[in-house]
Amino acid sequence: MNNADKKRVLREMLFARRFEERCYEAYVERNIGGFLHLYPGEEACAFGVLEAAQPGHDYVITSYRDHVHAIKSGSDPRHIMAELFAKETGVSKGRGGSMHLFDLAHRFMGGYALVGGPFPLAAGIAKGIQMQGGDEICICFLGDAANNQGTFHESLNMAALWNLPVLYVCENNLYGIGTRIDRSTAVVDQYQRVAAYNIPSAQEDGQDFDLVHEAATKAVAHVRSGKGPYFLELMTYRYRGHSMSDSNAYRAKTEERMWSGRDPVIILRDRLIEAGDLTLDEYKDMDTAILDEIEDEVIRYATESPEPNIADVEKYVLAENDPWVSGGVH
Amino acid sequence: MAEMMYWEAIVRAHDEEMANDPMVICMGEDIGVVGGTYKATSGLYDKYGETRVIDTPISENGYTGLGIGASFLGVRPIIEIMSVNFAWLAMDQIFNTAAKVRYMSGGQLQAPVVIRSPGGTAHQLGSQHSARMEKVFMGVAGLRVVTPSSPRQAYGLLKSAVRCNDPVFINEHELMYNMKGEVPDDEYFHPLEGSEVVREGRDVTLFGYNISVHWCLQAAAELSKHHGIEAEVIDLYALSPLDREGIRNSVSKTHRAVIVEEAEPAVGVGAEVMAIINEECFFELDAAPVRVSALHVPIPYNHALEKAALPNANDVVTAVRGIFGV
Repeated sequence: MNNADKKRVLREMLFARRFEERCYEAYVERNIGGFLHLYPGEEACAFGVLEAAQPGHDYVITSYRDHVHAIKSGSDPRHIMAELFAKETGVSKGRGGSMHLFDLAHRFMGGYALVGGPFPLAAGIAKGIQMQGGDEICICFLGDAANNQGTFHESLNMAALWNLPVLYVCENNLYGIGTRIDRSTAVVDQYQRVAAYNIPSAQEDGQDFDLVHEAATKAVAHVRSGKGPYFLELMTYRYRGHSMSDSNAYRAKTEERMWSGRDPVIILRDRLIEAGDLTLDEYKDMDTAILDEIEDEVIRYATESPEPNIADVEKYVLAENDPWVSGGVH
Repeated sequence: MAEMMYWEAIVRAHDEEMANDPMVICMGEDIGVVGGTYKATSGLYDKYGETRVIDTPISENGYTGLGIGASFLGVRPIIEIMSVNFAWLAMDQIFNTAAKVRYMSGGQLQAPVVIRSPGGTAHQLGSQHSARMEKVFMGVAGLRVVTPSSPRQAYGLLKSAVRCNDPVFINEHELMYNMKGEVPDDEYFHPLEGSEVVREGRDVTLFGYNISVHWCLQAAAELSKHHGIEAEVIDLYALSPLDREGIRNSVSKTHRAVIVEEAEPAVGVGAEVMAIINEECFFELDAAPVRVSALHVPIPYNHALEKAALPNANDVVTAVRGIFGV
């Protein structure tokens, strides 16, 4: 990947950062309801992996911390913000919310709220790919705490057994809500746990875009070549609490400062500046343009969009006019 | 019309649907090489191979979720859960994903899976192999629930369920797989909604589903022969959505209702049908509706205790006699 491409990625990552920060404000302003799980600190994971894959062609599925994965899959940020604002123009027509973004057109197969729920769904999507005979892969992003669910083991077993084209990416941010990983998990290095299923795996620094991209390129090539599943663990950190209702009082300030010093946006920025491909002024202009874009286009679109029609509350429960319900067409 | 057994009817439906559409697969524990604990998938493994007739590990939530995920891409999985008791382990994927994904994606995704599983009590299988869970499934929006009382329905309901774009739970019965009955020779798709009048009568309506339809028919014969009471028997093969119109029509005719369920009474089919009667045709009633249910106990191992815990045709006769005071 050349530095012009990396500059584009830096802009996308900074956009994702500012988008999430603006979500925080919108939540405080009560324009966003429910639960809200933000991604700042973890950007290099989604961008590093998906830059190595083919978003929009490959299928992506993840948890409730899903805004940035949807954006990188190709979803229009305006439609994501509209979803968070519970509008009819939202990606899920205002029925899903922050935790349930879906964008089938871009093969973003959803955000799910049950920890570990997407593990078998991803294996199933991979089974579907296998049956259709395409060269797509399914990429499943989940946090470290999901690995303590039974679905982790059940899905890895089946994915290995049936050689399914699925890449499991573990965004290890060291905490399952408020419980530190070594207090909940007997084996702290998550990539080691998949050895039980003969699945190749790797652990990488999740704050450094270049390192993630390199590790993911290998992982994606493995899965796409038909060799079966792969597990990539990325060591990362979230700069905010688990969700907006999290006081975030359980982490040591020294630990937080250490990880703040390893900000994935800043690491990539400084590397490009060092290489002479970016100036600090350029970066600041980029940031200003992003903030304006978010305000003038994204927030405005979400604010001005209409709410769903109350009369449609029962729409989408079941298929509409399915002929087989009455025994088919004869 | 050929006679065939309930399990044979299910095999035939699988076979026709798999021949019709290469995206139809079936999966579950011991369904392939072994052919299914109740033979409901026998012969399919040899015909369609291991990529379409999938012997799964004993991971109910995992393989159910895998089938649901595959269905997002247009695969049509028929998932067998060997015993409905094990379906508890798959509830996360069935309820949280299959039932909700169309809604929470604003209509973009759908999960056209069929989940088949035998419910009901058999003989001395003990508490953890005797669950009747239809009440649990029918309480969740986004799922269809059907329950065949005959080989004809077992065949036709599965055929329609495979083609339908909604997730469908088919509640079969451990004691019914060897039941014989006529199945149309021509391809037949049974409606997934509605109900069937299986015996016409004017004095009282007996509502049954799955195995309890047969108790209702036995009781109706007894009531006619010995008490001069002509019972109408309605087969509620669709438990979700329930056939409000069919319930109203029959009760408006007979003015009396008995609901017969193999399950515990609480939060059950009987309770739901009574609520519908109240909502639809309360003033048609000449007597308070009665439900005949199991006792509210885990099913015991001891055979005498087991029988005591479960309803039967005699209990239906007793309930009707109570209504008429005869």
